[in-house]
Amino acid sequence: MKLEAKDPVVEFHDLTVSYEKKPVLWNIDMTLPKGALVGVIGPNGAGKSTLIKSAMDLLPLASGYVRLFDQPLDEVRDRVSYVPQRESVDWDFPTTVMDVVLMGRYGKLGLFKRPRKADREVAMNCLRKVGMEAFVKRQISQLSGGQQQRVFLARALAQDADLYFMDEPFAGVDAATESAILSILRELTKQNKTVIVVHHDLQSAAEFFDWIVLLNMRLVASGPIKEVFTNELLQETYGGKLTVLAEVGELVRKREIPSREKY
Amino acid sequence: MESLLEFFSFTNPSVVYVALGSVLLTSSSAVVGTFTFLKKKALVGDAVAHSVLPGICLAFILAGNKNPLALIIGAFATGWLSLVIIDFITEHTKLKEDTAIALILSVFFGIGILMLTNIQHTGNAAQTGLENFLFGKAAALVEQDLIVFGSVSAVLILLVALFFKELKLIAFDQDYAKAIGVPVFAVNLLLTSLTVMAVVTGIQAVGVVLMAAMLITPAAAARFWTNRVFSMTLIAAAMGAFSGLSGAYVSYVAPAMPTGPWIVLIISAIALVSFFIAPKRGILSRSLQQRNLQHTIMDENLLKELYHIREKEDVENKGRTLEEIVKERYFPKGKLQSSLSRLRRQGYVEKEGKYWKFTRSGYDKGKRMVKLHRLWEIYLSEYLRIAPDHVHEDAETIEHVITPELEAELEKILKYPERDPHQKEIPYS
Repeated sequence: MKLEAKDPVVEFHDLTVSYEKKPVLWNIDMTLPKGALVGVIGPNGAGKSTLIKSAMDLLPLASGYVRLFDQPLDEVRDRVSYVPQRESVDWDFPTTVMDVVLMGRYGKLGLFKRPRKADREVAMNCLRKVGMEAFVKRQISQLSGGQQQRVFLARALAQDADLYFMDEPFAGVDAATESAILSILRELTKQNKTVIVVHHDLQSAAEFFDWIVLLNMRLVASGPIKEVFTNELLQETYGGKLTVLAEVGELVRKREIPSREKY
Repeated sequence: MESLLEFFSFTNPSVVYVALGSVLLTSSSAVVGTFTFLKKKALVGDAVAHSVLPGICLAFILAGNKNPLALIIGAFATGWLSLVIIDFITEHTKLKEDTAIALILSVFFGIGILMLTNIQHTGNAAQTGLENFLFGKAAALVEQDLIVFGSVSAVLILLVALFFKELKLIAFDQDYAKAIGVPVFAVNLLLTSLTVMAVVTGIQAVGVVLMAAMLITPAAAARFWTNRVFSMTLIAAAMGAFSGLSGAYVSYVAPAMPTGPWIVLIISAIALVSFFIAPKRGILSRSLQQRNLQHTIMDENLLKELYHIREKEDVENKGRTLEEIVKERYFPKGKLQSSLSRLRRQGYVEKEGKYWKFTRSGYDKGKRMVKLHRLWEIYLSEYLRIAPDHVHEDAETIEHVITPELEAELEKILKYPERDPHQKEIPYS
């Protein structure tokens, strides 16, 4: 089941993504609405992270395209922000909380320029929003999981974007951090910004999101939560593995067949 | 001693060249190496270092002499080629990066040695000293070398300074860098080229065999002293410079001695010392922290046992002998003695003759430990459904960990229980 957004900001067009030649996402085709808090839901290995990574142009696409604000990413990069998975970086890196949040300003600064006073002020404000202002000078290896996640969120906020892609921002955080992050995301959507969140917990998903994307290697459903978050569709997403799809993917990898024929 | 004075007075111009050259080379490679280290690409530096040898030999054959500019270009070409091939192998075959690095390193170095041996047998008079590129000879630096190698080093440092922000970001979080539009491919290409250039400039003083150490060791040593990339870069540069200068001195007083091994030994000694004595991250400081922790645990256990005795006999604060304490719970005598005198110094116990007894704060502390122990036992049995006869061991450890905030939280969620799973009373203050 697939409902198109009335006022789309993100369009996935017939997207197929392969990982080491093995297709992990098949023919994703959908639009996501402006100002919505979108939850991307699915079991492990469903390709949730892959989906938003491909939107951020971090993975080569086997076929199809993604358009943001009806333009390619390169044209609108300053309006798009990204929160990678917390585990994707080494938190023992020799740097401070302030430094990490300032990285959110690098895109606006461009090459050769150092962060200015104004950038520090923006970073400080973002830290205040996530409740981490007391940790400005803290070495990042001393942070707890929830605090790391808040710092990543502050960095994304410092970009001052209109569209946010977040990879598991609620993973491994404490209850206080969870509600703090949620209220910030709601605040963003109130300002008509769009937030797309990869999420793994079904129970909280029902409370958090306005729009749900159900994913399991292919698009199961996309639409307003009321219409999509149904038992039947959830079962289709989580139950019954598509063994044929997985096997064909494996064959494609072994024989190194390009997933689209080129002449 | 005389030679030391002679060297460090810098009156002899050749000494100036040698010293200045060595310092520039080693510090610039340390600066570049900081980022190679942070990107966890230490082995790549080694591969490049070995792979420049065939380039040097090739440049010599083509130029017919040891023109530093020709040598640099030759070295740069093969060093760079090795990295391209490593990337290609990693991307297009099933071999992993470490295999590719090992393969390329040995093949290129093998070819280099082959060419070097060949040149040495041609009888070309200009070839003398070419073998110095293997293990380095700082004393062989002449004015012309200094100008060429020195300016390359300066350019390296300048480029790192210009792209500092981007290099740092890419080392920390490459995906994010790409997402916000930093030209990741170009900056990585820059870092690769800088690494190759750093190796190339260092070969005269350090030699190809040991050059990788000059990239990585200063950064590894500096990491122990700081938590900032910027200061880490400066410290690495200073450490590199010091080892370079010392190496130059050795090369000056003992010209037959290859410089590379000396420089590497000095920087390794610095790294080793950092490894031990650096504050917080060093082994010494960490084992000191461990010891303090052990003491705290011992002291808290002792106060807890004093409270237990008191609880059993239910009499007013009475002094205890060592034997009575050991009867309640076995402590090795030495540890018991030192713990008691520590607690006395800190004002938790008092001594009267051979009797030891609580002070008021010692009593409170012992009571709190008993409370935490029993609260945790309840938590384990109620929330984790662990059998009452299995909770004691765990509580023995956790009682020393619980903070006052967690203590309040535990009391709240357990609703101030009166008795623990063994029906012992929980002492609230």
